[in-house]
Amino acid sequence: MFLGTVVYALINSIALALMAIGFNLTFGISGVANFAYGALYIFSAYTSWMLLNLLKLPYLLSAVISILLTALLGALMYRFVLQRVRGQALSEVIATFGIGLAILELFRYLGFVGFEYNLPVFIDNSFFILGAFVDMQRILIVVIGILLISGLWIFTHHTSLGLAFRGIAQDERTALSLGIDSDWIATVAVSFGAGLAAVAATLIIPLGSISPGEGYEVLIKALAVCIIGGLGSTGGVIVASFIIGFAERFTDAYIGSHWTMMVSLAAILIVLIVKPSGLFGKQKELEERI
Amino acid sequence: MEKRKERIDRGIKARSVDIFALSSWREMLYLAAPRLIPIAGFLILPLILGLYWQKVLLSVAVFALLAISWDILAQTGMISLGQALFFGMGAYTAGILNHYWSWPPLVAIPAATLLGGIICTVFLLPVLRLRGIYFSMVTLIIPLMLVRIVEATKIFGGTEGLTGIAPLPSKWIELYLIMGVLMAALFGFRRLLASDYGLVLKAICDNDRSVINAGINIYWFKAQALFISSCIGALTGAFMTHVYMFVGMPVFALDYSILPIAAAIVGGPGTLAGATLGAFILVPLSEILRGIGGLRIVFYGLFLVVFIVALPEGIFHYVQRKYNQFERWVEVE
Amino acid sequence: MNSAALLKLTGVYKNFGGVQAIHDLSFELAQGELLGLIGPNGSGKTTAVNLITGFVKPSEGEIIYRGRDITGWAPYKIVRLGIARTFQMVKPFYHLPAYKNMIIPLYSPRVKQLAGGKYGDRDAVALDLLEEVGFERDAFVAYKNASVLPQGYLKRLELAKAIALQPDLIILDELFSGLSLAEVAGIVPIIEKLRLEGKTIIMIEHRLKELFRIADRVVVLNFGEKIAEGQAQAVMESDAVKKAYLGAEA
Repeated sequence: MFLGTVVYALINSIALALMAIGFNLTFGISGVANFAYGALYIFSAYTSWMLLNLLKLPYLLSAVISILLTALLGALMYRFVLQRVRGQALSEVIATFGIGLAILELFRYLGFVGFEYNLPVFIDNSFFILGAFVDMQRILIVVIGILLISGLWIFTHHTSLGLAFRGIAQDERTALSLGIDSDWIATVAVSFGAGLAAVAATLIIPLGSISPGEGYEVLIKALAVCIIGGLGSTGGVIVASFIIGFAERFTDAYIGSHWTMMVSLAAILIVLIVKPSGLFGKQKELEERI
Repeated sequence: MEKRKERIDRGIKARSVDIFALSSWREMLYLAAPRLIPIAGFLILPLILGLYWQKVLLSVAVFALLAISWDILAQTGMISLGQALFFGMGAYTAGILNHYWSWPPLVAIPAATLLGGIICTVFLLPVLRLRGIYFSMVTLIIPLMLVRIVEATKIFGGTEGLTGIAPLPSKWIELYLIMGVLMAALFGFRRLLASDYGLVLKAICDNDRSVINAGINIYWFKAQALFISSCIGALTGAFMTHVYMFVGMPVFALDYSILPIAAAIVGGPGTLAGATLGAFILVPLSEILRGIGGLRIVFYGLFLVVFIVALPEGIFHYVQRKYNQFERWVEVE
Repeated sequence: MNSAALLKLTGVYKNFGGVQAIHDLSFELAQGELLGLIGPNGSGKTTAVNLITGFVKPSEGEIIYRGRDITGWAPYKIVRLGIARTFQMVKPFYHLPAYKNMIIPLYSPRVKQLAGGKYGDRDAVALDLLEEVGFERDAFVAYKNASVLPQGYLKRLELAKAIALQPDLIILDELFSGLSLAEVAGIVPIIEKLRLEGKTIIMIEHRLKELFRIADRVVVLNFGEKIAEGQAQAVMESDAVKKAYLGAEA
């Protein structure tokens, strides 16, 4: 039982990390608040579903198209909404929150609720690992998750585009004077983040079904991970995902599934009291902003 | 010949500045009317509306208070995405006080206001030292988490909630109590924010480095603003518990977080009157649109986006501007 | 002059990540002195001031004010002890009139404490203070919005905000920058008046000619280290200082 829980905890952690890196990329690393994140996640799931079931396209193709469409939606969102309110944190947060709300509730209103709304797994197979049944989808999550996360780390630290992302968050004026087109980079950052959300959705949704409520769940989880790990730090996101992932699974297995949310909340409160900017947080305290 | 738009104060505005306001009844009326109309309205409306719309009026007052609470925080630089936290905390506190210890409503409500305010402020104290966005994030997720916790651990009634809460003595007391609180809050806190104390709060939002440099402990002031806002929110929650005679998970619903923000933004952020006006518009609107169900929230979302991007000054500022000034085209010299 | 130092820095270091902004900085300041803090751009002058006023915490070292160790204290507490500073980049509250800008410092607990527990009429005090720094009362300059005032007035406003706190030590960060000679000539008497009142002043400046007229002593920084200290003329003769400002050739 213990080993089985460890295995599931590992999977849970990577899944959480997958959910959070998109949000972290847009907000923590590039400094653009995108509270429509959960909505984009669900949007990609429903788009895949519609392509698969209404247009009868093969699943892999639907998934890819939906990822691209979600990324496009992210870019459009930036271009038409965020760009106008860039720099005013209040407006960014509220505007994106409003969009996310509109998208999720629109799906709910149009009746996209029910068990028939689900996505198929890629390969239907399962293995017996360390005392637990692990299906192929979950293994896929772990593998792709690790690849994506390390890829992202390399991207933000070693490629010029990734460094540009970080540049515009740190000091926009300097970035501009170095020839980095802040608006274009921000558009790319938002759409990358949206695309990552879509990838996470494609991998994780098949484990359950699609529902608009999931959108809020994902936003909560991404926020919780980022608060605990520290906004902007990919390492922090990983560590925080593991902390929450393991805590959730072990609470579920040994104490009771009701208490898992309590654990996350407690983790957030402890972090806020002990190290408010997150475990690896680089959010400068006021004093250092001079 | 080129023209440009010029905006000038109206004659009557110029004549009613300072002591000259007392020079004639017209000037005094000009100043008094914007204040008297809402007061008269809120006093008379409960008497002339039918039963259904009286309930709506109750909702208007509650959401107006939540919007005012949001606005006070926003003016200090803290954007709360979770007014539901204050509302729910107050609601549960009042419900618990009444359900388990039979405290009468007129005692439970003030007690819940203070207690709810204290709990919420203490909860959010650690976040005050961080960038504003953390405040928004934490206020967003805590109510959502609390819903799931109540559901899972079944405390305080769990999914069924606490029923059989004592109601207020009469429907008229209900209405006039909340109207009174609304008027007191609106005019009282407008006065507070216009004073030097309010100036310090707004300065913290504008340029906190400057305020620290003046030897002022900004975290103490932020905590005070937070306490005031959370008390207002808790009061609305406690009040509604006694109106519905029930408290349960729905008190932490997203609705209570979003509608106040939409009201404040549509009505005009930065002036508590705008928040009230926004509530006065959006709540009846949402009642009328009740037929279209979930689409309501889609509209709130869209309203939020449109107003914050295209019309950030809000309706109140626009009306205020028109009331005080007029525009005309003049030649460019 | 008092023999006990008003302010004493001992072995102060500050690292920002990999960058060592301040390296083994030590100096003393006696009461009533006007100390100039000079050095080329990026030499750490503003960082030194940030360290003294608490906006930045030192990595190592001690800062002692009036015998009390204020190392690592929060900035608002340090202000309440009697140290006031101006900022190099002046950022008033643009949408407020000049005199309303003064309300914030006048709301400070220090002012309340020194006034015996009562704030008094802040508006009147603000207008008086602004008149002292040269806001002409009959031209109603103090009532103008900060957004329409020229740089000279904004700098004076910043100075007035510091004076409003009734400090014992005032730190002025590049007060003269961006001002014409006439404007500087207008502000110098205000500084002289502060000295006559017994206040101690530290001035960070690039405009050395104007500074040397009023400074008692100067401390020269370069790349975060103190390279010279003493009377203005003597210091400027030193080789190290010449090299720092002009480069090796001179």
